[in-house]
This record gives sequence, structure tokens and C-alpha cells, in this order.
Amino acid sequence: MRNPHRTQNIAFFFLLVTTLLIVVPVGLIVVIIIQKGLPAINWQFLSDVPRQGMRAGGIFPAIIGTVYLVSGAIIFALPIGLLAAIYLSEYSKDNPLNRIIKLAIVNLAGVPSVVYGLFGLALFVIFFKFGASILSGSLTLGIMILPIIITTSREALESVPQSFREVSLSLGASKWQTIRHIVLPNAVPGILTGTILGLGRAAGETAPILFTVAAFYLPQLPKSIFDQAMALPYHLYVISTQVPNVDEKIRYGTAFVLLALVLFMNLIAIIIRTKFRKKKKW
Amino acid sequence: MVTFDIKNLNIWFESTQALKEVTMEVLPHEILSVIGPSNSGKTTFLRMLNRMNDLNSNLKMSGEVKFEKEDIMKIDVELLRRKIGMVFALPLPLPLSIFDNVAYGVRMHGLAGKTRMAEKVEEALKQGYLWDEVKDRLTESAFKLSGGQQQRLCISRTLAVEPEVILFDEPCSGLDPISTAKVEDAMVKLKEKYTIVLVTNNVKQAARVGDRTAFFLSGELIELDKTDKIFTAPKDKRTDGYIRGKFG
Repeated sequence: MRNPHRTQNIAFFFLLVTTLLIVVPVGLIVVIIIQKGLPAINWQFLSDVPRQGMRAGGIFPAIIGTVYLVSGAIIFALPIGLLAAIYLSEYSKDNPLNRIIKLAIVNLAGVPSVVYGLFGLALFVIFFKFGASILSGSLTLGIMILPIIITTSREALESVPQSFREVSLSLGASKWQTIRHIVLPNAVPGILTGTILGLGRAAGETAPILFTVAAFYLPQLPKSIFDQAMALPYHLYVISTQVPNVDEKIRYGTAFVLLALVLFMNLIAIIIRTKFRKKKKW
Repeated sequence: MVTFDIKNLNIWFESTQALKEVTMEVLPHEILSVIGPSNSGKTTFLRMLNRMNDLNSNLKMSGEVKFEKEDIMKIDVELLRRKIGMVFALPLPLPLSIFDNVAYGVRMHGLAGKTRMAEKVEEALKQGYLWDEVKDRLTESAFKLSGGQQQRLCISRTLAVEPEVILFDEPCSGLDPISTAKVEDAMVKLKEKYTIVLVTNNVKQAARVGDRTAFFLSGELIELDKTDKIFTAPKDKRTDGYIRGKFG
């Protein structure tokens, strides 16, 4: 006999199990990295340059390099991405060309990051002759996160109710005034969230910086945007695979710092989102 | 001088025709009620007057609409919409404070500096019969007001830019009878200073407040006459049928 209650329980059970299957690995990764990496964390590890062929000392240049790269990427990608999103959501007409553009941007988000790396190498390092530098790396990372910023910003802009636009226009405000005073302020949380997610992605990627900026071993801070720099993800790759006999503590310590940086950024995104959601007035 | 002079107005949305050969006038300082069943084209007609239909890119039109003798398609659209205000079916406050809602249009047109602004807002809220209820809470979010108050806020916001005409698009459809009565009161008093076009699904409302009433059906203007006449001796059988509630 069919028992709807039992069927429901079985369904709930499987849904719960699949959910746990996702949560458990994530939790484990975090736990293992904290467990093995936390003991390595001390002031010297965070503030010193790598020593003895990266087998001792700290990771300060890699932290600073990543901060520079991420900042550069965002300085480049946020204005361009936001303006493109405004154009696509507010001004572009619904025609085949614009639909293709929108589709292309969505697909761009799925391009493997190593392809961005090669693209950055060809365009910025070689063609524009920026060399392997913070500039090349930032631009490459910027291009990589553009689709994320455009897509999330567009969604944020489009989620502002059409009726607000109509009210503003009906009062005689121009289209730009409407965007500036009504649409943008209400889309800010979504745009910020997208930006921070993009930042997290840029901080964690190795492939795009591999050919464009990352230095194998550079125990000093970069002096200008045309210098090479160390970066956390690449440094982690190097000490895990390229340099023999690196203490496990240092590897996990580096992973811990990288993870903490990315999770911290995501945490900020979540806080901003909840804060604005509470303030949301419609 | 007539306020609107409309000649042979046709409007199509893609292949469906929303308005057919509409020819009529709107007179200064009257309340013109526009009634008709859903899909009769009355809202399309209303949104034509302040060119809100421009937002729909699938729209085509022919014919002519003149506002104070000038073709509306040749008037700067921002200026046109400042002169022809609109109140929507649902109360639609902007996500701003009560004060900023009323000040919004004035600011966009740069009509007043900071000191004049407070006076303007007060004046507009008084005209919308809302001032006494909100004067102590101007900085609160407009969403904290009740539905009826929100709709009067929307009216005040429209008045603040000093229009000549106000278009009401079923302004009471979301309101209870008491709030409706307050909005209707406001409309009747506003008539002295403004020309009002009122689209309504509520036939009784048209009878209560309209000086003249236009009846639309399937995109055609069936009849336009003094409200008394429409409701006592309509010339067209279809008008008679609609106001008696036989269809629609």
C-alpha cells in the first residue's frame, strides 16, 4: 500500500544525505587546513620574507603581491564591468546582437582560467610589452573577473522593480537621472556582492598569474606596477610541487592564509548582503 | 484652449491594435473619467498622454496628440512629463523617505534650492491632504505609511513639480473605501488648479467625480459626454450595458 508519509520521509532522507555530501567535504577542507596550518601562523610567518629556498621564513611578499594583484584587478574591472552592466540592463535594446553579447559574457565566465593566462601572456606581456609584471597580472585577473562583475551587476540592476523607473520617468526625470538616483542606489548591495565574489576568485587563481606576473622566488617587495611579484596561490603551488623538503607546516600555513583571505572576502559579501536585505524597503 | 486635442489616434502593440481612430478633446480644469472593461485601451490612452508608452519599444502609433496646441512627440519628453503628472494604479512610493519622495521630482528639475525645498514639500503634502498625518515623520521611510497614505503621497509627489495635468491610472484599485473617499476628495479639490484625466474600473467612481465621462470598448471611443448624460441617457447601447453592469 502506498504510504505518502513514508515516501516523504524517504525523500527527505535522500535530500539530506546529498546535502551533507556537499557540506562534509567543504567542512573537511577547512578543518584540515586549519588544523595543519594554524600552528604555522605567527607574526614572523606573516611578516618575513621566505628564507633558505622557501623552506623557512615567512610569506609576506606573497601576501602583499596578492593584495596588489587583487586591488589592480578590481580597479580595472569594477568600473568597466559596472558601466557595461548599466548599458546592458538599462540601455541596450532586446535584439539578436545584444542577446549574443549577453550570452557571450555568460560563457566568458566559464572559460578555463589557464586560457585567460595565455591570453594575458599574448596581449599584455608580449603585445603591449608590459612584461611579466603586476600590471599584466592585474589586467589578466581583471578580465577574468569581468564576466562575474557584469553578470551579478546586471542581475542587481534588473532586480530593481520596473515600477520605480516608471515613477521616476513619469515625474520628468531623465533616463540617466533615473539610473543615477533610483536604480543604482538600490542595486549597490548586489553589485558589491558580485565584486567581492570576483575579488575572492581573483585572489585564489593560479593559472592567470602563472605567465603574467608570478615570481618563483622574489624575497623583496615590488617597487612599481612593472615589477614581478610573488602571489599566494602560485607560491603555494611552488612550495608544494617544485621545491623538495618544504615543511608541511609551511605549506598548510600558506594555504591557511590564502583560504582565510578568500573566506574573509566572502564573509564581507555575506554581511553586506544581509545588512542591505534588512534595509530593503519593498 | 483645449488641453489635449487628439485626432485619429491608433496604437498597435506588435500586431494587436490597442486604440482605434480615437478622436477627442480634454478640456482645462475638468475631471475626465475614462471607463471601460479590461483591454479596452483606456490605460494605453492615458499612457499616451505623457508618452509613457515610449518605454515600450514594440509600440507603433499613428494620428496626432496635441498638448496645448503642440504635438506631444515634438515636446521634450522630460518637460512634457513634468507638465503632465501621473499617479499609478498601485501606490508606488520610491524607496526614499517621505520628504525625499515629494522632493524627488523637484530636485531632478532643479526647481528649488535647499531652503525653498522644505516649503515646496510642505505645500505639496498639504495639497495632497497628507501634511497633518506626516508632518512629524517626514524622515521616515515612505513604505511605513498605509496604502491610502502612500497613494496620497504619490499625488503630493506629482503635485510638487507643479504640473498642469494629472493623469490617474485606476488610483484607488488597491485601496479600501475610506482611503478611496479621501483620494476622491483630493481629486475634486485639485480640479480647480489642474486638469484631471481619471482612468477607472469603478463605474461609480466615474459617476461621483467625473465632469465628463468617456467610454472605451475594444480600443474604440464609444461615447464621450457629460457624466450626467452618460449615466442617465447614454446614446449607445453598449455604454448603457456597461454602466448597468451587463458586461465588463
